[in-house]
Amino acid sequence: MMNEPALNGMAYTERDRREPLLRPGNSNCGGCGMSNLMQMLRRAAADRELKMVVPACCAAVTSGGFPESAFSIPTIMSTFASAASVATGVAAVAQLNGEETRVICLAGDGGTYDIGMGTLSAAAERNEDILYICYDNEIYGNTGGQRSSATPVGAATTSTLRGKQEGKKDILGIMAAHRIPYAASISLAHIDDTLRKLQFALDAKGFRFLHVLSPCPTGWKSEPAMGIELVRLAVRSGLFPVFEVFDGERYLINVEPEFSAEALTMYLALQRRFRNTGVTEESLRPSIERYWNYLRLMSGRIVPARRN
Amino acid sequence: MPVELISANHAAALAATLAGRANRTARGFCSGVYPITPSTECMEYLCGQEIEKGKVVRADSEHNAMGICIGASASGARSFTTTCSNGLAYMIENCVAAAGYRLPIVMSVANRTLGPPWNIWADHGDSLMMRDLGWLQLYSADNQEVFDTVLCAFKLAEDPRVMMPALTCMDGFILSHTMAQVEVPSQEQVDRFLPPTDIPQRLDKSAHTLGQMETPHQSVVHRMQHHQAMLTAQQVYAEIQDSFEEVFGRRPADPLVTYRAEDAETLIVSMGTLGVTAERVVDQLREQGQAVGSVRVRMFRPVLDGDLRKIFAGKKRIAVLDRDVSIGFGGVLWGEVRGFAEPATIVQNYMVGVGGGDVRPEHMLTLLAELEQSHESGAPQIVEVA
Ligand SMILES: Cc1ncc(C[n+]2csc(CCOP(=O)(O)OP(=O)(O)O)c2C)c(N)n1
Ligand code: SF4
Ligand SMILES: [Mg+2]
Repeated sequence: MMNEPALNGMAYTERDRREPLLRPGNSNCGGCGMSNLMQMLRRAAADRELKMVVPACCAAVTSGGFPESAFSIPTIMSTFASAASVATGVAAVAQLNGEETRVICLAGDGGTYDIGMGTLSAAAERNEDILYICYDNEIYGNTGGQRSSATPVGAATTSTLRGKQEGKKDILGIMAAHRIPYAASISLAHIDDTLRKLQFALDAKGFRFLHVLSPCPTGWKSEPAMGIELVRLAVRSGLFPVFEVFDGERYLINVEPEFSAEALTMYLALQRRFRNTGVTEESLRPSIERYWNYLRLMSGRIVPARRN
Repeated sequence: MPVELISANHAAALAATLAGRANRTARGFCSGVYPITPSTECMEYLCGQEIEKGKVVRADSEHNAMGICIGASASGARSFTTTCSNGLAYMIENCVAAAGYRLPIVMSVANRTLGPPWNIWADHGDSLMMRDLGWLQLYSADNQEVFDTVLCAFKLAEDPRVMMPALTCMDGFILSHTMAQVEVPSQEQVDRFLPPTDIPQRLDKSAHTLGQMETPHQSVVHRMQHHQAMLTAQQVYAEIQDSFEEVFGRRPADPLVTYRAEDAETLIVSMGTLGVTAERVVDQLREQGQAVGSVRVRMFRPVLDGDLRKIFAGKKRIAVLDRDVSIGFGGVLWGEVRGFAEPATIVQNYMVGVGGGDVRPEHMLTLLAELEQSHESGAPQIVEVA
C-alpha cells in the first residue's frame, strides 16, 4: 500500500510498521481499499488480542500461500458462506475460556450480501460476540469481477456487461432490523470517524457490523491512487451515507453530505465501470433522495435530502 | 455399570455429552446443531444437557452447524454434531473444510434416504456421499455399539497420529428410534478414557493462518499425510479397544465383525443393522448344514483391505449387501470390497433395503439360495423387499 496522502500518513505509524495486521508482500492490488482498512484496523485494535475469520474473497488470497501468511493474527479461512458461523464457534470457545480475544470476520460483499446472508443473519439474531466487517468492493473480486447484490445500478461487471439493472441491497437496514447492538458504515476517507467506529466496535459486546466502501481499482476500472478520493466523492454526493445504528433503533448520521451534483458526476466519471451504461447523476438522484429521506426519518432529523 | 434404556440417538448424544464434559479441564466443548429426521432426537438431547464449560449453539442450518463446530474445534474445543440425509448434503461443503483443517470433530449420522422425493427411512447413501472426504467412517448395529463407537471416535479422531474428523453412523429409525439397554459409564471413567484434547493446529497466539491457499505440490503432500494418518487409524483403534476395555471392563466391537466366517464357503458382507439380520440367517443356514458366515463392515474408512483379503481368501461365494445404490454403478460397498476377493470367488452384489425397505431374514435366504445356484458373478442387482 502506498502512503496515501489523504490519510495524512496516519495509517502508517511506527507501530503499524513494526507489526502491521497486513504485512508487506501481500498480494492485494495496489490501491485496494481493503489494505487501507486493515491498516486502520491495526491502529484501532492496538494491543487487543484478535482472531480473524476470512471466507472466500480477495482477503482469502491476501494472506498468500501456505505456510507463510500476510496476516499477523491467528486466522482461519472459512468456506464462502460460513464466516459468521465459524466465528460463532471461535467466539464461543473464547468466552468459555474467559479470554478477551476479539473475534473479527473480514468478508467481502459476496460473502455478506449474497451467499453468507443466512449465516450472517443467524449470527446476528443470536447476538454472537463477533465484529463482522464487510469490505464492500461492490463485486465478486476474487472470481474476476461479477455482479453481487452490492453492485450499484449502472455498474458494468463481467456478468452484467451493459451495467447492472438493479440497485444495491440496503445492508445496514437489514442489519439494523436484527436489532444488533451496533451497525455502522465506514468511509475510509474520514479517518477520525473510521478509527472511532473501529475502536467502538472492537470494544462493544454482542454482534457488531461494519460496512466499509472499499475501493477496488481492478474492478472499478479506476486509478489506484484515486481510491480514497472516490470514497470521499461517494460520501459528499450522498451516494454512500455514513451513519451508525445503535440497537437497531437509534440512527446517527455522522457525515452530512453536500449532495453536490459535481461530486456525483466526478464519482461516475472516474470509474470506467460506469462508462456507457447510461447511468448519470440525474438517474441516481431520485434513489439517493429517497434513501436520505428515510435516513432523516430514522435519525429523527426532518431535513430535506437536498439542501440547495 | 448402570444400564439405561435409551434410543440410539440418545446413546450417541449421551456419549457426546460425557466426552464434552471430559474436556472441561482443557478448552471445553462446543457444538453447532440443527434438526433433521431421524437425527433430531440426538440434537434435542444435547440441547437439554448441562455441560460444564460447554455450549450447544442452535444453528440456522447444517452448513452453519458444521461451521460452528469448525470454529470451536479450531479453537481447541471438543466438538460434536449430528445430521443425516439432506442435512448432510447441505453440510457437506463444511465437512470438506473440517477434514482439510484436520479437525477431530465427531458427527453422528442416523442414515436416511436422500431426496426429494422425500423419504425418511434408512439408506446409507447419505454418509457414503462423504466417502472420499477424509472423514473416518464407522457403522454400528446396536445401541451399545453406537454409544461405544461415539466415545471411541473421539479418541480415534483426536489421536495425534490420526487427527481428523469422524462419522459414526446408525441406521435411521431401525436404530436411531429403537430403545435398548445401554451400559453407561460414569463421568470419572469417561474422563480416564478420554483425556483433555489437544489440537495442535488450533488458533492460539501465533499468527498462523488455517486453510489458506497452497500449491499443487503442497496439496499432494497434505493429501498424502491425511491418507497415511487415516491408514494408521486401524492400528490406533486396536489400542483404543484395549484402553476402553481397561477402563470400562468390556471390549468395543471390532472394525470388522466376523460371524462364523472362518470355515464358511459363502460370506454375507454388509454394514449396519443388515449385519445383525445376516447373522441370524447364517445361524439358520448353518442348521441346514450350509457353510455360511457373515462379515459386518464397521470401519468403512479407512478401508481394511488387508483384513478383508484374509477373510475373503478361499471363499466360494460372497454376497455383498448394500443399503445404497450408486446410480449407474451398483452398490458402493460392493464396489469397494469386490477387489479384495480372489479371482475364483463369485462376488454378487444385492442392493437391498434401499430407501428404507425392511430387509427380513427370508429376503436374505432367497438371495443366498439364488447365489448358491450361480456359477459366475452377475451384474449388481437392485432387490425390492417391500
Ligand atoms: C461455495 C462457493 N461458491 C463459489 C466460490 C467462488 N468464489 C470465491 S470468492 C467469490 C466471490 C467473492 O466475492 P466477495 O465476497 O465480494 O469478495 P471479493 O472477492 O470481492 O473480495 C466466489 C464467487 C467459492 N469459493 N465457494
Ligand atoms: S480485486 Fe479489488 S478488492 Fe480484490 S485485491 Fe484487487 S483491488 Fe482489492
Ligand atoms: Mg466483493
